Amino acid sequence: MLADFGYGVLVVTFLVSLFAILAAILGQAKKSQKWVESSRLAMLLTFPLTTLISLTLIYLLVTNDYNIAFVYEVTSRAMPTYLKVTALWGGQAGSLLFWSWLLSAFMTAVTLRKWDRDREFLPWVVLVASVTLAFFLALNVFYENPFTRFWQTFSGVQPATFRPAGAMPFTPADGNGLNPLLRHPGMIIHPPMLYLGFVSFVIPFAFAIAALVTGRTDDRWIRITRRWTLWAWLFLSLGLVLGGRWAYDVLGWGGYWGWDPVEIAAFMPWLAGTAFLHSVMMQEKRGLLKHWNMILIILTYALVIFGTFLTRSGVLSSVHSFAQSAIGPAFFIFIGVTFVVSIALLLWRWPSLKSESQMTSMLSREALFLLNNLLFMGILVICFWGVIFPLISELVTGAKVTVGPPFYERATGPLFAALVFLMGVAPLSAWGHSTLKTLGKAIFKPLLAAFLVMVAVVIYFFVNPRLVNEYLPYALIGLFVTISTGFVTLYEFWRASQARARAQNENVFLALWWLAGRNRRRYGGYTIHLGVVLMAMGIIGIEMFQTETQGTIAKDETMSLAGYTMTFKELQDFDLNDASGQPMQNVARAVVEVYKDGKMLGELYPRRDYFYDAQQPMTIPGVRSTLQDDFYVLLVDWQPISSVGATFKIYHNPLVNWLWFGSFIFILGTFIAAWPDQDPELAPVRARKNSPAAYLTGD
Amino acid sequence: MFKNPRVKFILGGVAILASVIYLIVSSTQASAQYFLTVSELKEKQADVTGRELRVSGAIVGETIQYDPQTLTLTFTVAHVPGDNAEIEQQGGLGEVLHQAVVDLSRPRLDVVYVGVKPDLMRNEAQAIMTGHVGEDGIFYADELLLKCPTKYEEAVPEQVEG
Repeated sequence: MLADFGYGVLVVTFLVSLFAILAAILGQAKKSQKWVESSRLAMLLTFPLTTLISLTLIYLLVTNDYNIAFVYEVTSRAMPTYLKVTALWGGQAGSLLFWSWLLSAFMTAVTLRKWDRDREFLPWVVLVASVTLAFFLALNVFYENPFTRFWQTFSGVQPATFRPAGAMPFTPADGNGLNPLLRHPGMIIHPPMLYLGFVSFVIPFAFAIAALVTGRTDDRWIRITRRWTLWAWLFLSLGLVLGGRWAYDVLGWGGYWGWDPVEIAAFMPWLAGTAFLHSVMMQEKRGLLKHWNMILIILTYALVIFGTFLTRSGVLSSVHSFAQSAIGPAFFIFIGVTFVVSIALLLWRWPSLKSESQMTSMLSREALFLLNNLLFMGILVICFWGVIFPLISELVTGAKVTVGPPFYERATGPLFAALVFLMGVAPLSAWGHSTLKTLGKAIFKPLLAAFLVMVAVVIYFFVNPRLVNEYLPYALIGLFVTISTGFVTLYEFWRASQARARAQNENVFLALWWLAGRNRRRYGGYTIHLGVVLMAMGIIGIEMFQTETQGTIAKDETMSLAGYTMTFKELQDFDLNDASGQPMQNVARAVVEVYKDGKMLGELYPRRDYFYDAQQPMTIPGVRSTLQDDFYVLLVDWQPISSVGATFKIYHNPLVNWLWFGSFIFILGTFIAAWPDQDPELAPVRARKNSPAAYLTGD
Repeated sequence: MFKNPRVKFILGGVAILASVIYLIVSSTQASAQYFLTVSELKEKQADVTGRELRVSGAIVGETIQYDPQTLTLTFTVAHVPGDNAEIEQQGGLGEVLHQAVVDLSRPRLDVVYVGVKPDLMRNEAQAIMTGHVGEDGIFYADELLLKCPTKYEEAVPEQVEG
């Protein structure tokens, strides 16, 4: 019943999005505002419609309607209600629907803006968005219907959208349940964040295409979408960070990033988007690289769709792809067609996208921005190569050859280091022209400070020789680069606020506040850079100095690692029940005491939960976190009866918390940069009114 | 230095391009692993012994043994096709994994892995292992990835199957 209703609305929404496409084209062909307006209204209508579909599905999920195949696959009676709601994006069909829902929400927000000055963009923006929306809805309508029901036929139970001849509806007693590994707060917000990021990148792309089609190829489209791009980037960054945190908390391998194809699939649009965020500044300030910006946004869009595809198909072997389905070819065709059409449009408008000035100095801001772009593209190419290498090698040699994490680490490491270094230097150089001398002057003091810190670091390694390993030279280079960049960035903050404090006669902190408030984009950007510096320190710490040990110990015996000693005190074994008293999961929990230098630091509870519904265990580490390091204990195995002992694996992860702390600063910086302020176009007008000149002319 | 300022930018660009290509080529050579199915591995065993490989197969549940004292995990995997189209044709990954374990005529491979026993380790899970084959014909895995499509992507409820 309700399922038929949901599917019906889905089909209607699909038709509405097709109508929006048609009306936009007709409006353009007939030069008719009526058609354009009606395509805009159709676009607006898709949001309430997709909301209705999603709410229907959520209702079915929450009310345990296991007649619906999707509900059966992703929920079970034992799951709490909030998990049933979030199970919407726990499976393929639902997450595609969720994608469409988000896209229509964003597009509604965009179509509601004031269009007066940009009327000519409207039909094309609606067109691009509707094409994207129609594609995702079509996937749901034709391949992955979330409202498919189970039917009892003579040959057994089968899932189908419509009742097969002579079949009766079949409702299983309970559902499969969400994979316990995914029942983690990080995992609940991680996919929607990534999707929000993916979806919001559609908007700058839509405007870029509109600019190309209409021939209004100045930087107007960039100014309109600047904030959208920042929000898109914020969500994508948040999604990546949360995914890393989830892996660290749940997957139990003491890591946060495994260069898994699906992780890379989400990382690639981020790389292209980051390059885009930087390179649009060159167009705004100097009218440079207009072609390049178009290419970047087209690429980002293609990678967004590609990323959704990779996470949602079984093309590549990966821990993430819990899904296998027939939607692969559809995705490939869609990516191919949109990419070719976009590039064709770009080539058509190529001559009108000429640069307004020329780059002359190698050390000018714009040249360093260009270098930044090349480095991001380099990393992107490496990632793309790594992901598609198995497919290429199979085509060329017939043997499938893959590359693992060492490939990515080795190939991207130098480029990341160069990027961090550039991040410190580039903000100091001037637009137009800079020389080594002016740059050196600006960088000298912070560099000296970084050098002193490095001396201290080297001494620290001399005093603690047990920390020395084969990565040390790379670690020292990496640390020097990150610390220098950190100091340079801090120095920038200090210098600017000092100057303002003197000029305005204010407190330094107040000056900093005003400074950042007046120029959010710039100081937001610097804050992001500081976050990256901190993250880089954390990454150097865990990647190059992580140590581990494992062993089986009896009660009151100890294990040691990196100056820590751990004593196994007891093992608790109990069931957790759900609200109705049914056992939901079995918990085996070890109590261990952690000591350092003979002092007790506290107890940790590494545990292993066994979920009865999914018949799967889940290992949850006991972690003692400080800014210095993480002591990360996993309970591997135990002997419940004889209490011979338990087996533990311990990781020592130095500096890893800087990674999480840095991510926090990073996100904060993005908020500062993206926070809405008054329309910048109005600002100059107001300034003129108050200026003496305006007063004199009686304006 | 140069009359046309573009020349140095082009040279710089070429230098960066060259270093990215160098990084890709050298890193690929350093870390490329052949991705084989169990039967491909059995055929070419002599050629690939000792080399870094990636193998995928279906875990045979009753062979899973774990010694927590030494953290040594031993199990056997059965051959599954490596081609996605082939897997789809045979009724999806879940079905293919099930068939692989039931069908005793398929080539099988013994695997040894030292480390924490993964949560997804169970009968008919797909194992993707990185490691090498020893002289004794056993696969020594350094890394173990598991996928469990049977439970989560099963379209038809189990209790009424067959």
